[in-house]
Amino acid sequence: MNYTDLFRATLSETALEIAALLVLVVDLGFLRKAALKTRTAVAALVGVAGCGAALWALQMQGSTGLNYGDSVLLAAGGYIAAAQAGILILTALTLLLLIDSVFTRNAGEYVAVVLMAAAGGLLIAAAQDLLVIFVGLELLSLGLYILTAFAKSSGKSAEAAMKYYLFGGMSAAFLLFGFSYLYGITGSTNLHEILLAVYGWNAYRAAPLLYVAIVLVLTGLGFKVAAVPFHLWAPDTYEGAPAPAAAFIASVSKVASFALLISISTAASHVFDGRPFTAALTAVQVPAVTAHSPVYLGFATPWMLILTVFSVASMVLGNFAALAQTSVRRLLAYSAIAHAGYILLGLAFFTHSPLSTNAILYYILTYGLTTIGAFGVVSVVERATGSDKLDSFLGLHKRNPLLAGILLVLFLSLAGIPPLVGFWAKFNLFAAVLGAQSGPTPFALVALAIAMSAVSLYYYLQVLKRAYVMPAVDETPIKAHPVTLIVLLAIAAAVVVFGCFPALLQGWIASFYI
Amino acid sequence: MLAWTIYLSFAGALVEALLPKGKNALARWFALAVAVLGLLHAFGGFVHGMGQGRVVIVDLAWVPSMGIHYLLAADGISRVLVLLTGLAAVAGVLFSWNIEVRTNEFFAFYLALIGGVYGVFLSFDVFLLFVFYEIAIVPKYFLIAIWGSTRREYGAMKLALYSFVGSAMVLIGLLAAYTTSGSHSTSMIDLAHAGLPVSFQMWCFPLVFTGFAILAGMWPFHTWAPTGHVAAPTAASMLLAGVVMKLGAYGCLRVGIWLFPHGLDPWGFSLLGLGSWRDVFALLAVIGIVYGALVALAQTDFKFVIGYSSVSHMGFVLLGLMTLNQIGVTGAVLQMFSHGIIAGLLFAIVGRIVYERTHTRQLAELETMHLGRRLPFAAWAFVIAGMASMGLPGFSGFVAELQVLVGAWMVRPWWTIAAGIGIVIGVAYTWRALQKAFFSDVLPTAHVLEQEHEPSHRLAAITWPEITGVIMLTGVSLFVGLYPRILLDTIEPAVKALLAGGGQ
Amino acid sequence: MNALTTGFPMLTLLTVLPLAGAAVALFSGRHARAVALFATIASLALALFIWASLPTDGAMGMVERVAWAPSLGIEYHLGVDGLGALMLVLSAIVTLMSVDAAHRVHHQPNLFFCLVLVLESGLFGSFTALNFFHWFLFWEISLIPAFFLIKLWGGPRRGPAATQFFVYTMAGSVALLVSFLALFLSTGTMDFGELAQLASTGALEQMVTAHLGPVMIWLAIGVLAGFAVKVPMMPFHTWLPAAYAEAPSPVTMLLTGAMSKMGVYGLLRIALPLFGHQIAQMRTPLLVLAVATVVMGAWAAAAQKDLKRVLAYSSVNHLGYCLVGIFALATPAFGPAALASQTAALNGVILQMFNHGITAAALFWFISMIQFRTGGLRGIDDFGGLRKPAPVFAGLMGIALFSSLGLPGLNGFVGEFLIFRGVFPLAWVAATVSILGLLVTAAVILKVIQKVFTGPVPEHLAGFPDMQHGERLALAPVIGLMLIIGLVPQLIVDSVNPTVVNLLAHWRF
Repeated sequence: MNYTDLFRATLSETALEIAALLVLVVDLGFLRKAALKTRTAVAALVGVAGCGAALWALQMQGSTGLNYGDSVLLAAGGYIAAAQAGILILTALTLLLLIDSVFTRNAGEYVAVVLMAAAGGLLIAAAQDLLVIFVGLELLSLGLYILTAFAKSSGKSAEAAMKYYLFGGMSAAFLLFGFSYLYGITGSTNLHEILLAVYGWNAYRAAPLLYVAIVLVLTGLGFKVAAVPFHLWAPDTYEGAPAPAAAFIASVSKVASFALLISISTAASHVFDGRPFTAALTAVQVPAVTAHSPVYLGFATPWMLILTVFSVASMVLGNFAALAQTSVRRLLAYSAIAHAGYILLGLAFFTHSPLSTNAILYYILTYGLTTIGAFGVVSVVERATGSDKLDSFLGLHKRNPLLAGILLVLFLSLAGIPPLVGFWAKFNLFAAVLGAQSGPTPFALVALAIAMSAVSLYYYLQVLKRAYVMPAVDETPIKAHPVTLIVLLAIAAAVVVFGCFPALLQGWIASFYI
Repeated sequence: MLAWTIYLSFAGALVEALLPKGKNALARWFALAVAVLGLLHAFGGFVHGMGQGRVVIVDLAWVPSMGIHYLLAADGISRVLVLLTGLAAVAGVLFSWNIEVRTNEFFAFYLALIGGVYGVFLSFDVFLLFVFYEIAIVPKYFLIAIWGSTRREYGAMKLALYSFVGSAMVLIGLLAAYTTSGSHSTSMIDLAHAGLPVSFQMWCFPLVFTGFAILAGMWPFHTWAPTGHVAAPTAASMLLAGVVMKLGAYGCLRVGIWLFPHGLDPWGFSLLGLGSWRDVFALLAVIGIVYGALVALAQTDFKFVIGYSSVSHMGFVLLGLMTLNQIGVTGAVLQMFSHGIIAGLLFAIVGRIVYERTHTRQLAELETMHLGRRLPFAAWAFVIAGMASMGLPGFSGFVAELQVLVGAWMVRPWWTIAAGIGIVIGVAYTWRALQKAFFSDVLPTAHVLEQEHEPSHRLAAITWPEITGVIMLTGVSLFVGLYPRILLDTIEPAVKALLAGGGQ
Repeated sequence: MNALTTGFPMLTLLTVLPLAGAAVALFSGRHARAVALFATIASLALALFIWASLPTDGAMGMVERVAWAPSLGIEYHLGVDGLGALMLVLSAIVTLMSVDAAHRVHHQPNLFFCLVLVLESGLFGSFTALNFFHWFLFWEISLIPAFFLIKLWGGPRRGPAATQFFVYTMAGSVALLVSFLALFLSTGTMDFGELAQLASTGALEQMVTAHLGPVMIWLAIGVLAGFAVKVPMMPFHTWLPAAYAEAPSPVTMLLTGAMSKMGVYGLLRIALPLFGHQIAQMRTPLLVLAVATVVMGAWAAAAQKDLKRVLAYSSVNHLGYCLVGIFALATPAFGPAALASQTAALNGVILQMFNHGITAAALFWFISMIQFRTGGLRGIDDFGGLRKPAPVFAGLMGIALFSSLGLPGLNGFVGEFLIFRGVFPLAWVAATVSILGLLVTAAVILKVIQKVFTGPVPEHLAGFPDMQHGERLALAPVIGLMLIIGLVPQLIVDSVNPTVVNLLAHWRF
């Protein structure tokens, strides 16, 4: 490995970092005297330009990764490139949402942190080595903690950031601990080599430790995707963070984390591809294994089992807890937990063909898009009414019919109503689960997921009911910034168009494999 | 031609949503124009399709990775039900002529619902059908929640959730069928061919059938229906009882019975006298017929009587489907059409003509109002609608119910006997409602008679849209009742093909 | 029966004509009665034309036959023979009389006459129908207007009366429907002709037994029950007095004059041809009930205080004779003498239907006139000596009353005579007991004449106006008809007899 390779492999991350520095320079150097609005707008636009540059760099990068000797540090192309492109586009959208906000005077710093966090996200998506994963994860997470705390005048923001930070720090520790065990058992930090070594003699002897390691790793990763029981930070963070930051957390960090989980799942399913244990052992010639030896589960089985538990718990708790919420942000948080549950199901029943990967990517990308839109609407309403409670949406169809229409489209998509994209995402995912493995268990789990989806319709309708049905308390029109409106409109249009023509987005994802 | 019904409705809905507020007359006339255009297309398609079998209208690859096609086709059953939708749509617009609050939004949701319904009847791809089925749920919610009356938010939510749960069950079944069949296609024609294993069909069929039957108001999943119908504004009730419940029954037939025919085979053992899913669902249908009728007999709210009568009549449809013979299933489809028209008429009278003038639906209060004299049009319209609902010969219901009874007799005679009891109770509750609401025995005193001539006491005059709507619906029921061949000739070959198996 | 088809759908025209009239009448406001008069006169003319055009061999004429719903065996099949044509003429005459009598309908006359015309259409339809579905359709169609006519224009206790009428008749209809459904399921046809054909060879019973088990007797009972309510036969008659009394007189005329005949017609067209054997098996209990109808009807009439109820029970009694005649002839013929008796009985039944229809309708017309002239009085004790202030009235009503009594020379006698002539050889016990009915009826009628027309004139009746010119004109043809038929019954018998012979030839007991 030399620095040219490193540079080439991390071209998009570099572009983001440069953009971050550029924002700081422009803001601190040239715009000291300008109004806050201008500074925010300029910073956001530079950030968007940076994302654009990173996208271009991504495309230039092709599918060459970064190797260190024999082991792969960073991969590229295929689902990774799709995830990275998605991260960049979503980051750009959250930055556009920043344009109208007034929660901070430090616009440049904000954008810089966002870009750096996005860079971390890109790293995670591509990482194939435990240490690189950790670096990327920390880069992302630290940025997110800061972003959460950015609304300095809001007590909630600080409290949320504190909780997020403490929780996150602890789970990072767990993650690292788990990684250390994996290294110790298998002697490598590369994902593929680890999973190969899992079927080796050392791992077999150290078996209980392997399971412990998997649990620890999933604790850390579960925190990242807000899976139950590691979800406690999510409602507070979604509620306290400033809206653009919450949008970023809800979309980009999720995309990155799930891309990582895909990497691990791919590795787990690719190696030995489900062949029975004895055959695998014969392949690596492990001596002294007899019929009386204790059963060895390997990596894939505990991984799948724990993911299934997370998935079921998240689906159930997320949906039922959302029923009781009066704050729309917390409602979105619990719904995020529920959606994470659905995706985890797709990860649990995983097959290494593009079937599962594409379905999961499709889901997380469209979910991210819809969530950004949802937070955009919430932020506009919040600014006008002062709170994000359900009742502040009363009579929205009179106060701003366009915004109400966008809300309708986005929330129905989240509920999974055709012909919106959320329906296809769910459908795709469930079909992938059933296609990966047939039998009563996956079937029952899919049935549970669909049933939980039906539950979710209730609370989404609660918000829509307030917007459309119940009489308004205050009928003054709500104004939204034109850029925000355009962004939201574009997102809603995308939701409808991708919903009516699902092949479009699927085709786009598939194009990365060529 | 038939596909234009879908596109026109959705386009119309979009335009309505964008109309400026306050232009109520424009909104109404535009909605009427769209509905009439839809009806003309439906009628044209019906006439054009006479004598033809299944005709494919559109077949585009939609999601190639999953083999999902945008496949629209029509056979005899589809054409008849599309015609029903057209008629119900126009009638609904006419009976909503007096909506003044958020008129354009009302018609936007209304036309979107109609579009979804047209879509279901014309889809021959199983997931396309599901998509249209789900599309229809949201407009229903808003129509009831915003413009409804009694307990509208509760009624709307209950209806939406029940429908969604039903469709969730269907989705599970369809996903399972799709992955099991191995055929990389979701076209119903291909799936019917696919030869799914019998053991699979044995549990998939009841799942899918129940999912659709929830929307059809099968006992004991029917409780959303009376609540929802009562809560809904008139046009929505007409559509709900008239057309949307038929979506469920249609799904039962087209998806449940056509794709999973072996799900109805005998189990090989017998539990409480039931030996197959067919026995189970027929039993539930019969219970629904009798239960719905008995409960309707006890109601004090006029609209609830009609709501429960819908549950009872839909029981006939489901019973007819379970006979699995030519005459019974034909009767079921004809009953779908007939009840669609009649239920629309009944709800129109109760909701639009009576309730909006008297502001009460309680039979006890209506008894004192001498509506037979003050609203003669409503009274006589209800007499005719009531006769049709009772199944009096000369109206469409008689032939349909007779066919179902005959078909049921060929399978299990006691089904016919129980259903016949339901008809007799039907006469009773219709007649009771008629008596109480319009022709009560209380003789008016001179004082009351005087009062009736005072202007402030007068009830609003009957408007031309109401007259047109009533005449249209009554005329259709009468015409079909006197000349049932016009529909039977289209339905019978289609039913024959469907029952013959997946090949056709 | 051989079918003769003509080119022009005369019977459909006859059935549709009153419907068209009804539609016009509905929108004619005050002129509804004129429209109704026009429609009924036109119907009468058409009915007479049809009667005159009958084939002379007693077969079905003017047959129209179109497939309607073949899978259910439903056809649009119409035709008339002597029996049907006579009923058509009767219906037309009675409806005309009814419309004529209804000159004081203040409340919504357009609706009133619309319903009357729909009722007439129902009558025409059911007398010409040869397929069960079509027949049942018109049977029900006649029920609904009758219900509303009672309910909306009736007397103080019209609600319960209308209800009872409706419920009883509906129950009867249900029994009919169920029985016919069973027949259809066994044979695949609903055509009266085909079913009669099957019954005459005994095949019908075999097919029913093969498909459904030994239920033929129950089907027969169901069908009989349906008609027993309509005629009415004891003990299903309890709806009648209330309905007749509470209905406005024009409606009562229709009920007694035409609608009750639907029941008897049904027995002749449907019950006897299809279930002859079963009826023969149940002959004795049926005769008991028929005789009870005759006797009890007469006794109950004697006990009434309301003129309308007197006549109502008297109607029950008169129709009881028809029932006696019908059940008496339901026996396997064992020789030409027996056949002659059966022929006489059947002729008598048909004649009695016609005559009673005319007479009873006329009587109720007179009662309505009395009611109107005295401000609503109709109790038997409310009157006296009316022949002094209104001799013409007394004379004409007297003729009608004597016809009802069965005085030879008037039309009422002919039918009853023929019935007794036929029944005596076939069931002499029944005939003997029925004579009791004759005697009691005579007593009742004479009492009515005595109480109403003879004796001192009370004050409130001193100014009782006699018949107006218009009324005389209207009633004269009716009374004239009574006289003519009484003196020259061949006018009717000649056209009915071939049909009777034809029918008897095909019935199997």
